[in-house]
This record gives sequence, C-alpha cells and structure tokens, in this order.
Amino acid sequence: MDLLLILFETGFWAATVRMATPLLFGTLGELICERAGVLNLGIEGIMAAGCMAGWTWVYFGGDLWTGVLFAAFVGACFGLLHAIFTVHLGLSQHVTGLGITMLGAALSSFVFRMLLPNITTPPKIIPFAPVKIPVLSDIPVVGEILFRQSPMTMLALVAVVAVAYVLKKTPAGLALCMTGENPSAVESQGLSVFAIRTTAVVIGSAFMAVGGAFLTLSAFDAFYIGMVNGRGWICIALVVFASWNPGKALVGTLIFAAFDALQMRVQQQTAVALPYQFYLMMPYIFSIVALIVMSRRSAYPKALLVPFRKGER
Amino acid sequence: MGEATPLLSLRGITKRFGALVANDDIDLDLQRGEMLALLGENGAGKTTLMNILFGHYTADEGSIEIDGAPLPPGSPKAALGAGLGMVHQHFTLADNMSVVDNIMVGVEPLTRFRRNTAAAVAKIRALAERYEMDVSPYSLVKHLSVGQRQRVEILKALYRHTRILILDEPTAVLTPQESDHLFATLRLLVDQGLAIIFITHKLREVMAASDRCLVLRHGKVVFACRTATTSSEQLARRMVGGELPEVRRIAATPGDPLLELGGLSAENDHGYQLLDHLDLTVNAGEIVGIAGVSGNGQSQLADLVSGMIADFSGTFMLAGAPIEKPSPRQMVRRGVGRIPEDRTATGLIGDMTVLENLALESYWKRGFNRLGFLAAVPLRQRTAELLGRFDIRCAGADAPVRTMSGGNMQKLILARVLAERPILIVANQPTWGLDVGATAFVHQRLIEASREGAGVLLISEDLDELFAIADTIQVMYQGTLSPPIDPARTNAAEIGLAMSGQRDISQAMISARD
Repeated sequence: MDLLLILFETGFWAATVRMATPLLFGTLGELICERAGVLNLGIEGIMAAGCMAGWTWVYFGGDLWTGVLFAAFVGACFGLLHAIFTVHLGLSQHVTGLGITMLGAALSSFVFRMLLPNITTPPKIIPFAPVKIPVLSDIPVVGEILFRQSPMTMLALVAVVAVAYVLKKTPAGLALCMTGENPSAVESQGLSVFAIRTTAVVIGSAFMAVGGAFLTLSAFDAFYIGMVNGRGWICIALVVFASWNPGKALVGTLIFAAFDALQMRVQQQTAVALPYQFYLMMPYIFSIVALIVMSRRSAYPKALLVPFRKGER
Repeated sequence: MGEATPLLSLRGITKRFGALVANDDIDLDLQRGEMLALLGENGAGKTTLMNILFGHYTADEGSIEIDGAPLPPGSPKAALGAGLGMVHQHFTLADNMSVVDNIMVGVEPLTRFRRNTAAAVAKIRALAERYEMDVSPYSLVKHLSVGQRQRVEILKALYRHTRILILDEPTAVLTPQESDHLFATLRLLVDQGLAIIFITHKLREVMAASDRCLVLRHGKVVFACRTATTSSEQLARRMVGGELPEVRRIAATPGDPLLELGGLSAENDHGYQLLDHLDLTVNAGEIVGIAGVSGNGQSQLADLVSGMIADFSGTFMLAGAPIEKPSPRQMVRRGVGRIPEDRTATGLIGDMTVLENLALESYWKRGFNRLGFLAAVPLRQRTAELLGRFDIRCAGADAPVRTMSGGNMQKLILARVLAERPILIVANQPTWGLDVGATAFVHQRLIEASREGAGVLLISEDLDELFAIADTIQVMYQGTLSPPIDPARTNAAEIGLAMSGQRDISQAMISARD
C-alpha cells in the first residue's frame, strides 16, 4: 500500500522533523509558562508577531540570526504584557491571553502593511539553508532526518534537552515547577512568586515568537497574513498531551507533524481518491483523540490559572 | 530572665490598619531552649504579629532583635536568613512533588547550574534520624498523612538552620496521638537549644507543653507568665477578657428516630468506596457526634444527608419515610439544615449580600416571592430579625458576605439553618477556626435546637467539642462507623486510637443506648 510505503521514506521523516519545529518552540514556550502556573493563550498572536518581526528584520537588511533574536525580543515584550496583567494584576488568564492573541495577530498585519503599503505579491528574503553537520549527517537514515536540517530545527531539538535539563536539574527549574504547584510554598521559602512567574512568561513567550520566526526565516521566505494558521492552539493541546513534560512534548509534536506531512504526501498521490479536506483534517482529528486519551491521566500543575495574591491563601 | 541576651526580642511593636490597632506596644522575649505558647482569640493580633516578624508587614513602631542584632523590617528573606522558621496552619507544600523537592526549593541560589539532590537527601535523612521523624525524602507529599506533612514542614525549617521555630495552630489537623508525637518532637528540638513559639487556643496543650505563655487580647499583651504558675481557667478568662461564656448542658430525652441509615454504601466517580456499609441512627432531641480524622468519609456522610449524593446503596430513612433519589432542594424541603465544613466554599457566596445569603435556602418558599419575583419587604424584615437574634455583626443587609469575619459568617449560616426550624441539622466542623466566644455561641444554639426536638449530626475533628456537647459519639474510620459510645464512659485517648484505626471500639465502651 502506498500509505505504508511513505512511512519508509527518509524524506517523509525529514519533513516531519522540519514541520515539527515551529510547534516544538511553541509547545516548549507554553510549557514553561504553564509550569509556572500561567496559561498563555496569547501564543497564537505571539507566534504571528514573531513571524512578522523576524521577517521584517531580515528584509530591512539584518542578518538571519539577529532576526531570530529580534523575534524573541518582540515575543518577550508581549510576554511581559501578559505577565503584568495576569501575574501582577491577577486578571483572568483566558481573557488576557485571547486579547494578546488578537493584539499580536492584528498588530503584525498592521505593521506589515504600514511598512510595505504598495505591495501586492509578498516580497521574499533568503531564508536559512539546511546545514550538514559534519560526520553526523553521514549516518544513514538518521543523518538525513536529523542532521541535514535548518539550523533553527536543530536549535529546537537542543532546546528540548535544555528545557528538560533546566526543569529537572537546576534550582531555578525546581522553583519554577513549585510555583505552578503551590505558590505559597515558594513564597514561604523567601522567593518571589511574581518574579518567577514573570520571568517564566517572558521566556516562554520568546520561545513562541522564535517558533513563529521559523515560519518566515526557514520554512518559507515571505510573510503572509494569517500564516501561523492555528499552530499556536495546537501547541496548547500538545502541552496537555505531553503532561507538561518536555520529552513527551517532542514526541507529541513529532506525531502531529507526521500526520501533517503524511496528509501532504497522500494528497499528492492521485491514486487515493478522497477529498483533500479529509487529509487536512487528519492532524486535528489526531490531536482531539490524543487529548481525550491523554488528558484523563495528565497531572496538570495544581496552581495553573490561579492568580497569586500575597498574604491570601 | 534577663541574665542572657534573649534569642528573640520584640520591643514596642505597634501596627495600625486605618483606625484599627492590630498590635499595640507588644513586648516579647524568647530564650534558647524555651517553648512559648501564644494565646488569643481570633482577631487578637497573633497573625499580624507573626507577619511582622516574618517581614510580610512592616511595623509602624517598635524593633525586632535576633540574638542582639536588629532584624531589618519588611524582608522575608532577612527573617529566614536570621534563622526564623514558620510552620503554617495550612501547609505550604506542593502535593505533586517529593519531600526533598519541597525542602530544597529556594535554598540553593537560583543561578546554580545543578541541584545537589544527593547532599540534600543525606542531610534530610540525618535530621530526620536525629529528631526521630519518620519521613522518606523521595515520597511524594500527596502520599503522606497530615502528621507526616507537618513533619516535612518542620524539616523544611530545620534544613535552613532555623533557630526560632513558630507553629501556627499546629494541632488543629492532628489526632490526639499525632499531637502527642508532635509535642515530643518539639520538646526534643527545644532540648537541643531551639526556641519555639506555638500559636493555639487549645488550653490543654498550653498547660501540657509550654514553658511560658503570653495572652493577646485586642492587640495587647494582657497576660504573661510561666505556665507552671497558672491554670487553664485563668488563661481562658484572660483570653476572653472576663468570665467564660458557659455552655449549659441540658439532659437529652431522645425521641423517635429521625435519620436512619442502614448498610449504606457510596462510591465516588473513580469507584472508590467512600461510605462502606455504614449504620447510623439519629433520634429526635439528641446530638450524635461523629469523630474521625478528616478524609474518612465524613464529608460524604454530610453530603449524603444533605442530598448531594444521589447514588448510594442501602436504606436511607428520614422521619420514617424512605429517601430514594435525594436532592439538596428536597432535603431542605423535608427539614434538613446544613452547616457545611467550608463556610466560604460551600456555605456562602462571598460576593453576594448578607440578605441574599440568608435567603438562599428559602427564597423559593411561600411568602418570600410573588409570581417568581423576590418579595423585598418580607426578606428585609426577616434579615433584620435574624441579624438581631443571632447577634451577627456586619455592615448591613446589603454588605457582601466576604467582608465579614469567620465567626460572623458561621453565625449567619447558623441563622439561615435555624430560622427554618429544621428537624435534622447536619453540622460539619461547625466551630472550625472560631474563637472561644463564637464556639460557645454555636454550641449553645445546637444544644437548644436539639432540646427543642431536632436531631443533630455533629461531625467534628475536635474531640473537646464532641465531649462537650455530643450525647453519643461514633468514630468514623475508612467509611464505616463504630457503634455509639457514651462520652461519659470513654476518654480522648480511646477515641483517638479508634480514629487512627488502631483499635476497634470494644464492647465495654459501648453505651447502653439499647
């Protein structure tokens, strides 16, 4: 069967890893925020802002890596805004997050239009080219799948390990996780819940924006309005799927991206006569099923969504 | 005293909140190796004083010295650094994390690249062994008993080289045996040179465990002495500021059975057996006390009788009529009054007004609504009458309930229940967190209601309360109830053992109810 044959192509798996990249950054970012007890529904808008910021930086003459940094900075600013509302003022995390999403998405289109008012076809930049890691890229199969990717993809894979290490092995990671479980426990040990949560939301939002920048600086070479296309919401589902664990987040994003890559390939094969919408739907069906199966046993951070007020319990 | 520099010394601490003086010129000295009991009613200023000590508040006047060195005000970090440790009444532990994680958090600098868990575990083991506390560093907090959690809190303080340990109502959640264990541990710590302050309003503990005591009232130190030179009666009078409100016991004359549960079982959604073939009879005119450590099915028993559990097996009779599919409204209609264990969560709606909260269980009754609209005049009259009759202090009928004190909230719930003249009252922890005066008020009202013919099911973790007002006591353990016991024929130690499941209630203790 053609479908099964696809699974044995290294090209398919390389595409899977590539397509997982923006989701991976977004999921890690959301995971960091939620581990500290703050839901960040601003993710969709922050990714859009990252898309636009990274692309604009490069289009106006910056180089690619500083473009990524600039996107991260813009994401961090949105994160700070979210933190001020939800952490310091204790407002509803849902409402604020949705507001940030609308602001991020609308502001990025608006700024794009302001900067380039007379353009009909989106202008292009020269994006990241895949790099071959010496030696490792010569390993059969694995080398092609993992070590001939865009440098941003490799950065994402490194980020999984880094985030997992920080959460599990460092005092700062312990304080972060404890804040999401019981802020009073952190406060009573002389740490500041406000500072920890703000830092987590700022860093997490920077991750999200880098995920957005991958779309314009690596996956494509231009900025389109609406190009994030729901990836942010998928990341939120993937965090639940992953039970707030970076390793499982990698697995989840890969499975989702595999369905996405699969639907693209199956669509190209004329032999399979199903409406293309069916294939488009597959990754989303997967995420719904996965959520139903996984969320029953997921151990969510206990203080998620609960604003911390000093002196109250 | 006065021969050595005190370890902790407060001088002239004053703290005002607007017009209210929460702490008024408080002096306090604490020596090494001394256990001080801090007593006072709710609102006496104990919590404010501790918050000032820990830097959560800054005092308007006065100074704090630790070991002769002044403590910078308003800095929790400085307080921890100077060797102050606190065990809160509500534990500040993360349930989903391990003991060692809970103890380590915030101790190592956040910029360190790697946690040294192995060293921490070794240190915790050494501390646990030295102070005879049995806690395994790797177990998750959610798998620990309440007593063990408290030990983790104490370890948390010791791990940071605490020299002054403060415990806020440490025995509120413990069985008598666990309390004894706690005080044995504290005595061990004091013998090693620690200084301990414990906040409480259980006089028995003060007399048994403390070296010295200090009574606060309206923000002032009204009494300070060596424990050996005083008596619990004297302390109680100082706390209340006069004679103790006395609860008059009236002999019970049980009437017909009101509530009869036979072989009753109920599970939760996960198939976990919460009530396990339980038998219970409450007669008219008597108070049946249910003792037990929380989590043994008491809340489910209360929920069942107030109509919040619809799925059960066994027989459930109220005033001789079987109940098949109970609902809260139906139980209210049939005359069940509910005093829930958590007044702010399931008793009252904080953002709604006093009037609305008082009407919650009766607004649909005849007289309080016309054609589906609330009848304002009768509701106002009723509210005014109840506020007066139950001596509820609040800013008025239209004040939101969340602005009231705990004692007044409880009086409000009591008023709501008793105004309907219920035939059966389910009171779950009705005096939790209340001071001596408010507790006596609640007890008196429950006794009066029962002597006028209502049945009272009193669920409490406070054995003193059960011995004070219950006519018979049954112990709840893992969803089952012991046979009724006559309080006059047993003691707290026996009940305590049954509460921890270590002893069946022996036949000798069973009352001659039949």
